[in-house]
Amino acid sequence: MSDLNAVSATEAPGQVPTEPRHVEKQNKPRSLAGDAWIDLRRSKIFWIAAVLVVIILLMAAWPSLFTSADPRACSLSRQHQGPSGEAFFGYDFQGCDVYARTIYGARNSIIVGVCATLIAGIIGLVIGLASGFYGGATDALLSRFVDVMLGIPFLLGAIVLAKRLSADPQNNGVVAVTVTLGVLGWTTGARVMRSAVISSKNQDYVAAARMLGSGPGRLMFRHIVPNSIASFVVVLTILLGINIASEATLSFLGIGLKGDAISWGIAIAEAGPYVRTAAAPLVWPSIFLAATVLAFIMLGDAVRDAFDPKLR
Amino acid sequence: MFRYLVRRLLQMVLTFFGATFVVYALMFANQDDPLQALAGERPLTESQRIALTERYHLDDSFLQQYWYYIKGLLTGNFGTSLTGRSINDMLADAWPVTIKLAIIAILIASTVAVIAGVISGIRRGGAFDNVTLIGTLILLSLPIVVLAPLAQLIFGIQLGWFPPTATRDATVYQLLLPALVLGSLVVATELRVTRSSVAENLRADYVRTARAKGLSRNRVIGVHVLRNSLIPVITLIGVDIGALMSGAIVTEGVFNIPGVGFNLFRGIRTEDGPLVVGFVSVLVIVFLVVNLIVDLLYAALDPRIRYE
Repeated sequence: MSDLNAVSATEAPGQVPTEPRHVEKQNKPRSLAGDAWIDLRRSKIFWIAAVLVVIILLMAAWPSLFTSADPRACSLSRQHQGPSGEAFFGYDFQGCDVYARTIYGARNSIIVGVCATLIAGIIGLVIGLASGFYGGATDALLSRFVDVMLGIPFLLGAIVLAKRLSADPQNNGVVAVTVTLGVLGWTTGARVMRSAVISSKNQDYVAAARMLGSGPGRLMFRHIVPNSIASFVVVLTILLGINIASEATLSFLGIGLKGDAISWGIAIAEAGPYVRTAAAPLVWPSIFLAATVLAFIMLGDAVRDAFDPKLR
Repeated sequence: MFRYLVRRLLQMVLTFFGATFVVYALMFANQDDPLQALAGERPLTESQRIALTERYHLDDSFLQQYWYYIKGLLTGNFGTSLTGRSINDMLADAWPVTIKLAIIAILIASTVAVIAGVISGIRRGGAFDNVTLIGTLILLSLPIVVLAPLAQLIFGIQLGWFPPTATRDATVYQLLLPALVLGSLVVATELRVTRSSVAENLRADYVRTARAKGLSRNRVIGVHVLRNSLIPVITLIGVDIGALMSGAIVTEGVFNIPGVGFNLFRGIRTEDGPLVVGFVSVLVIVFLVVNLIVDLLYAALDPRIRYE
């Protein structure tokens, strides 16, 4: 298609001044990412997920945009009061504003989710890249290591590690949970990265770059990584959602965030015993947590569909 | 087949030692004073300290300690909890309930998944298919900490269809709602795999042959397609067990079911380190063994699968 354009543009440059440019814009060879973006723009799920993600990120960054109430201003005299103009979702057992606490809870979820995903992403990238690029003994060794890690169900490993890391009662547990989720969650990413690297390692452009004298570092980071990162990024997006859910689960179990940290998991655990008297303190954090996880998983799903139409 | 068996068993041995080593290392990472943790607030005298150090081999090297731990696991001795009860006894009490719960959950999940998966696999792109796809997406992203308490609130307390908590000897009826919650953790992936493998098998040559020789549509789908589509679903059971275990900790905690997950839940809450480690080790071993069995079953069920 681009040949055709080139011909028409050189043969008749002045005849129809706007037409060739227009045609060129339409038929310009599109990259994989460009193709994917065009697909994505048409996907309803993508837009729903994107809007949700933006709202959640705003909530995490500037919670005061959404509420003027102080989430830590609690008074037992308001215990389990119903919804009102001041507190849309009512008050919880401690007499805290449920709406404010739910809004402020987004921040810890996002911080833990993003940082844990970054840690997992870096570990997964390094291990996947190394085992895919070097192959042989390195690959065998690293793949066995991944097998071993996959032999431990995620939450069970997380319980043991988080329990150890969060032993200090002074700490609110953000770092402990982040490290736990990051250290345990990289396996899927590493596997995906490894197979993507193996398939792009044998492409012609890599051989060409090698012949031109590129070293392993340049080959990896200039040629192989940019061409094999797409599915890895998708895995990380979904992992972000899973990490947020896992943070809430660990906090619910009492080995995640604790102390005075505001977290949806803690809120759900604390509201549980009083659910017969007041359901709102349980329901609202649950809805926000589910919507956040859903948003990231939907985003990952939509992006994967766009990058890999075969899967549909 | 024999070569595969040997290979898989050797791999299992490696994974077993690797996984238990990682669990053990995680547990001992960053541990400051286990004896004080054992004693709680009470001060320890020097002689008690020496006796306990001797008893728990705390002076030995990390690898030696790992060896004692492995020896305990392999001889079926998982230690005692801080309350003084043997973990083997607690497990013996808890397993039957959890197994009952897991079986009900898997039965519900696989029935729903296979029926819905076959329908949406046959009518791909139809209304039912689209609705189930969105439904599975939502199910996949509902964390268990949301699902279990909300189900208890809505179906157990507000609507009163099911008992909201279980008693000591949990009956099937009491386990029904928790099993539904647990089953919904695995139903989405099972459904998606059934759907795609039905859709793939419908295009296979043997289906065309079966149709060509005049078999009824029901027989083609019910016998030929279904049988071949269920093989990948069976392999999912191995993965599912991991999800069910994680789910069971929260679900049994919320619904007060005296199973393995509930004990673990309580152990975490009461900071009972030995209990947590003992239970986690047992669960990891169960997970590995189930995955081994599923892999062998897979190779036996599908003769096309041959690993070298």
